[in-house]
Amino acid sequence: MTIKINGKDVTLEKEVTVKELLEVQKVEMAEYVTVQINDEILDRKDFETLTVKEGDVVEFLYYMGGGAI
Amino acid sequence: MNFTNEQMERYSRHIILKDVGVKGQKKLLESKVLIVGTGGLGAPAAMFLAAAGVGTIGLVDFDAVELSNLQRQIIHLTKDVGKPKVISGKETINEMNPDVDVVTYKEWVSSANIKDIIRDRDYDFIIDGTDNFPAKFLINDACVLMEKPFSHAGIIRFQGQTMTYVPGEGPCYRCIFENPPPPDKVPTCKQAGVLGVMGGIIGTVQATEAIKYILGIGELLTGYLLTYDALAMEFRKIKLPKNKRCQVCGENPTIKELIDYEQAVCDLKS
Ligand SMILES: [Zn+2]
Repeated sequence: MTIKINGKDVTLEKEVTVKELLEVQKVEMAEYVTVQINDEILDRKDFETLTVKEGDVVEFLYYMGGGAI
Repeated sequence: MNFTNEQMERYSRHIILKDVGVKGQKKLLESKVLIVGTGGLGAPAAMFLAAAGVGTIGLVDFDAVELSNLQRQIIHLTKDVGKPKVISGKETINEMNPDVDVVTYKEWVSSANIKDIIRDRDYDFIIDGTDNFPAKFLINDACVLMEKPFSHAGIIRFQGQTMTYVPGEGPCYRCIFENPPPPDKVPTCKQAGVLGVMGGIIGTVQATEAIKYILGIGELLTGYLLTYDALAMEFRKIKLPKNKRCQVCGENPTIKELIDYEQAVCDLKS
C-alpha cells in the first residue's frame, strides 16, 4: 500500500500502526515527533493502536529549537 | 501624521504598491513589533522591519554579542563583540532608519516579565526569535492568554520552520507540540550547528508575516507550518488543524498561568 509521508510517496508491505511506522521509517527521536494524519494531530497514546491506511497523508512534525544563541 | 519629503522618498517603493500605499506605510510607521531574541532569526527580522518603517521595535535579549554570533546575526558587527545585543541591535537600526523608535529589554523572558514586556508598548505583533523551548512555549502561552498574534520559528542545521498564530483563527504552537521536549533531548544550534543563512530566510518570512498582519493583506501562515530544507531547496506548507486537546487554546484548557520550564543545562551560559 502507498501512503504519503511529508509529501513523498512511501510504499509499505502491510498495514502498520503509527508506532511501527515510526520504527520502519527510522524516525530519529520518535518519542518527540508529532504525527498528523489526514489533517488530524494524533494523540500520542493512540500510536500503538491506530493503523495507517492506504492513501493516508502522514506528516511527521519535528521540534526545531534554534534561533538566537 | 504627514510624510516628510524624505519619508516619501525612503518608502517610495512601498508607497507605489497598491496594497501598501501611503495609508499602509502610515500603518507601518504607527505599528509596534516586539522581537524576542536578537539572534539568527531576530536579527534579520529586526533589520527588515526597521527598513520597512515599523515605527516601534522592541528588542528582548539578555546576551552580549559573541564572535561566534557574527556568522549569522547580521545586525551585530565585529566592533560590537562584548556589547549587549539589544544595544548593538538598537545602534544598527538607528543608523538604518531614524524613523524607528527602538525599545530595549536586556532581560531573559520568563513568566515574571513577559506579560509586562508585551504590555509595555502594547505591541501589535510578536516575533519569536528565541533559541530554546522554554522561551518558545512561554511566548506561545503568553500570546494565547493575552490574545496577541505572533510568529513562531525554529532553525537548525539546514532546516527551518515557521508558523503564525492569530487569536481565534488557527492552531497555536502547543496545538502541534504539546510540551517542551525534556532538556538535552532535542539539539540546539549550539550543539548541532546551523547554516548562517537559515535565519535570514526564516527570520525574513517572520518579518513578512508581521508586515502582512499590520497591513491586513494576503494570507498568513495561520493554520500552516512552512518548512524549509536548504539542502533539497524545498519549501513545504503543511496544513495544520486546531487541536481540541490543546492545553492552552483547546476545548478544556488547563494552562491558565505561564509556566517556567527547565532550560537544557548545556544551553545555560556560565
Ligand atoms: Zn493551541
